[in-house]
Amino acid sequence: MAMKVFGQPMSTNVARVLVCLEEAGVKYEVVPVDFATAEHKSPEHTSRNPFGQVPALQDGDLVLFESRAISRYVLRKNSSELLKEGSLGDSARVDVWLEVESHHFDRPMAVIIYQCLVLPVYFGGKTDEKIVEENLETLRKTFRVYEDRLSRSTYLAGDFISLADLSHFPTAYYLLATPHAGMLDEFPRVKAWIDGMLARPAVIKVIEMMKASA
Amino acid sequence: MPLSPNVVRVAAALNEKGLDFEIVPVDLTTGAHKQPEFLALNPFGQIPALQDGDEVLYESRAISRYIANKYKEDGADLLPAAPASSAAAKLEVWLEVESHHFYPAVADLVFQLLIKPLLGGAPDPIVVDKNADKLAKVLDVYEAHLAENKYLAGDQFTLADVNHMAHLLYLSLTPKAELVTSRPHVKAWWDDISTRPAWQKTVAAIPFPPAA
Repeated sequence: MAMKVFGQPMSTNVARVLVCLEEAGVKYEVVPVDFATAEHKSPEHTSRNPFGQVPALQDGDLVLFESRAISRYVLRKNSSELLKEGSLGDSARVDVWLEVESHHFDRPMAVIIYQCLVLPVYFGGKTDEKIVEENLETLRKTFRVYEDRLSRSTYLAGDFISLADLSHFPTAYYLLATPHAGMLDEFPRVKAWIDGMLARPAVIKVIEMMKASA
Repeated sequence: MPLSPNVVRVAAALNEKGLDFEIVPVDLTTGAHKQPEFLALNPFGQIPALQDGDEVLYESRAISRYIANKYKEDGADLLPAAPASSAAAKLEVWLEVESHHFYPAVADLVFQLLIKPLLGGAPDPIVVDKNADKLAKVLDVYEAHLAENKYLAGDQFTLADVNHMAHLLYLSLTPKAELVTSRPHVKAWWDDISTRPAWQKTVAAIPFPPAA
């Protein structure tokens, strides 16, 4: 039986799980969750994700939430090399950069995406440029570290692509859609790293799904 | 600074494993964490960093996972389930819940109520109330979960529980301790895990300032 992913592909957290399913070559089905009708807060969905968020994953009797936990499960179940769990050192570096992604990249990016893309388009609101600028400054500090890191290895955790890299792609994709995509010109290695990821067949496929569900 | 809850997170894991370790102080008040010597360990200029032989790691959750993996045979097994299993997946969910739901609310609350006063500032009541409300909603989810599960990942104490303990301790020292004590299953879970000998050892080593 195919795994079920609950949520819309346009959500960065759903897309993160989808790219892992694609990379692992797993059969899956996407079951949309309609935010417009507050389906994410329905008892049926909150029984899968008690925080009323997407994604959730169902694999037989197992129900999971939190995209990075789901991603690990999908990759482990299919013995993917994207976690490097056969090597203590390599997997530790993957884990470090997954944490960096969560705390130093995703945090400011979530605010930037909300202010620049979600608020004006879905809520008819006005971007708060001051908040955006504060978070862009945080993002620049993060990217300075990434630029240095990528001068020492091809990918974040080493000379191998891993979940740590791919975990960035949905959010990075949306950064390119904001008026601030040009900031990547200050970080040529980061830009090349993102471009490289966006050229992967699994990522291209998920981007098509993201566009189709927007 | 050994008071930092993220440093305590790592110390808790090391003590569950019964390992010997040394805390090398990094004086945040003199900006030591932004000096080249420390940035070579953690380019984000934050504590903790871990040096284990040639291995240098940062991000407290990556460090505590590394300790649980490398020293699996020592002390309590904090990652007991086979990696590809459903039990391991459940553990992973609650590691992420700590990181993305519990931590953002409790860290800001603890900063306002405990750490800011130590640095000569005063708690901002608006920030305190906002984070207390956020944390209350999060702990409602924990209350429901812990009504069905003895520990976060199920029957066994795991890394998912360890990762909460530093902030639960600090929260218990604030006027917002009632967020935990008013929720019977969350309270019972904290009462249980905070009596673990390894945790007692961790707490004993925290250099709390003398009572005002």
